[in-house]
Amino acid sequence: MSATTSPLGLGFGAQAEPGAVPGARSPGTGTGRPRGLKRALAARGRVRFWRLAVLVVAGAYFLVPLWAGLRYSLAYDGAGWSLQAYSGLSGQQGFGTAVWLSVQLAVVATGVTLALMVPTVLYVHLKLPRVRRVMDFVTSLPIVIPPVVLIIGVLDVAPGWLKASPFLLALEYVVLAVPFAWRALDTGVRAIDARTLVDASRSLGAGPLTMLRRVLLPNLRAAVLSATVLTVALVLGEYTMASLDQFSTFPAWIVLFDQSNSHVSEAASLMSLVLTWVVLLLISMIGRPRRSGRRRLWRRAAGAGRVATTPVGTGLAGASGGAGGLGADPARAQKAYLWSSAVVAERRDNDLEGGRS
Amino acid sequence: MPFWAWMLLFLGVPAGAVGVAAFEGSSGGFTLYNLRAATTGVYLQGFENTLELALITSVVPAICGAVLAYAVHTSPRAGFRRAIVTAAGVLANFGGVPLAFLFIASVGAETSLVTNWLNAIGLNLYGTGFTLYSFWGVALVYMYWQVPLMVLVVLPAFEALRPSWQEAASGLGARSWHYWRYVGIPVLMPSLLASTLLLFGWAMAAYATAQALTAGTLALTPLQIGSFLNGNVLAGQQNVGYALAFGLVVIVAVVMVGYALLQRRASRWLR
Repeated sequence: MSATTSPLGLGFGAQAEPGAVPGARSPGTGTGRPRGLKRALAARGRVRFWRLAVLVVAGAYFLVPLWAGLRYSLAYDGAGWSLQAYSGLSGQQGFGTAVWLSVQLAVVATGVTLALMVPTVLYVHLKLPRVRRVMDFVTSLPIVIPPVVLIIGVLDVAPGWLKASPFLLALEYVVLAVPFAWRALDTGVRAIDARTLVDASRSLGAGPLTMLRRVLLPNLRAAVLSATVLTVALVLGEYTMASLDQFSTFPAWIVLFDQSNSHVSEAASLMSLVLTWVVLLLISMIGRPRRSGRRRLWRRAAGAGRVATTPVGTGLAGASGGAGGLGADPARAQKAYLWSSAVVAERRDNDLEGGRS
Repeated sequence: MPFWAWMLLFLGVPAGAVGVAAFEGSSGGFTLYNLRAATTGVYLQGFENTLELALITSVVPAICGAVLAYAVHTSPRAGFRRAIVTAAGVLANFGGVPLAFLFIASVGAETSLVTNWLNAIGLNLYGTGFTLYSFWGVALVYMYWQVPLMVLVVLPAFEALRPSWQEAASGLGARSWHYWRYVGIPVLMPSLLASTLLLFGWAMAAYATAQALTAGTLALTPLQIGSFLNGNVLAGQQNVGYALAFGLVVIVAVVMVGYALLQRRASRWLR
C-alpha cells in the first residue's frame, strides 16, 4: 500500500504539466531537479496516461455485456422499456426456493470453512511452521481436481442418505473454498506477527480462548472477511456440482426454469449477478467496524500492518508487555501494540504527504 | 486434525474412487480398456480442443490481466483499488448461464448490441464466420472471468516491485524501457508464469460456461465427463467417463506442479 504512494506522490506534479520545468514547484530544496529525476517525472506522466487508457478499455470489455444484458431485459415487448421481465421473474415457480437454498448452502459452507480453517491456519503458523509448505500443496489440490471430476467421484461413493440431501453440496463447497480460505487467512496471519501477539497475551495470563477471541480474531478481521467473501461468492455462483447433483440452487435454477421468454432469462442472469454483489456488499459492511476516531487508526494499523509492524512491532509489543503488567489485560497489550504501529503508519503517511504538496 | 479428516473424506475418497473406477471394467476387474477408449476418437478430439482452448484463454488473459493489475496497482486511490479487487472477486466467480446470456445479448446474433455497433463502423463480425457458439466464441467468454482472476492472483506480486528499484534505475540513467527489460520483467516473470499456469488449469476445468454456450456441441473434456454422469453413454463404456476424469486430473496436476515450482522461485522476491 505505502509502496505505491511514494512514486505517485511525485506523479502528481508531473501530471499537471508533464513537460514543464519544475524548479518553482519542486519540494524540498527549491533548486532545479537533477536530469534523471526530470525524466522520471515525465515517465510518470506517461504512466498516468497509459493507466487511464488501460482502465477505460478494461472497463468497456467488462461493462458492455452488462449494458447489453440490461437493455435486452428491459425491452420486454420490443416496444419501449418495461420492468415486466423482472416482475415476471419473482413469480416464476421455484424462484424463492432456489434463492433460499443457495443462501442456506452459502451460510453452512462459510460457517464450516471458517470453523475449520481459522484454527488450522493459526495452529500451523504457531506450532508447526514447517508444515506450511505441505499445507500450500494440500490446499491447492481442490484446484487440481476439477469440480466436475470431484462430483462424479462423490456421487460414486457417497451413501444414499447423504446424496438425498442438498447439504452434501455445502460439504463439498467447503473443499472448493479451502484454497481461497487458506490463502486469505495465511496472508493475514503472516501480516500480524501472530507469535509476538500470542506470547504477549500469554504472558499477561490469557487462556487460548481469550487469546483467540480478544487478540487474534480482531487482528485477523480483514483476512477472515476476505475468506468469507470469497467463499460466499463461490457458493452463490457454483453451477457445475449443483447441476450434476441435480439440486436447484439459484445458478442451476436459472437454467432449468421456463425458458420460453428470453427477456426473463436475461433478467434472471442480471439478478444473479446483482444478488451476489449485494450479499458481498452486506458482508463487508457488517464486517467492517464503524469509521471513527481511534477505531479508524487501529483498523489502518491492522490493514497496513505488514510494512509498519514487522520491524517495529516486535520491540513495541515487548514494551507493551511490560506496561500491561499494570493492568494485566490481554486486550490492552493488543491495543498498545496496534496504537504504536498506527502512530508509525500515520507518521510515515505524513512524511509522504509532505513530499507530495 | 479435523482439517485433514475433512480433506480426506470429501476430497481424497472421491478422487480415489475416480482413480479406481478408471481402471475398472463395466463388470468389474482391472482393465486398460477405459483409458484406451478415452484417448481415441471423439474423446481425443475433446482433449485436444480443451488443451487448445486452455492455452489461448490462459496466455491472452494473463497478458491483459497483468497490464490491468499494474494499472490498478499504481492507482493512488486505495478505495478504487479495493473496489476493483472486490469486483474482480465477483467476476472471477461469474460464469455459466448468466454470463452466457450476457454475451448472447451482446454478440449472440447478427442484430445484437455490439454486432450492430461494429456494423455501424463497417465491421461485419458475422461476415468473418464468427459465432458465439463456436471455439472462438467460447474463448471470448472465458476471458470475462479469466482476466479478473489474473488480476486477483498477480496483484500481490507487484508488491514485490519496490519503488526504490525504479528510482535507483532512473538514477543510474535507465529509461523506463530499460527498467522493465532488466529489472521489472525478470523479477515478475516467475509470478507471471505461475499465474498463467493457474489460469490454464482453471480453463481446463471449466464446465458451466461452455455447457451453457454450446450445450455439448463443442467437444470439450469436462462436458464429456458431465454427459457421462447424465447417462448419455454407450453400453460397455460406463467407466470411460472416469478415465476421462482421470486424464483431466493428470493434465491439470502436471500444470499445477509447474505452478508450485515457479511459485517457490517467485517467493524469493516477496520476503
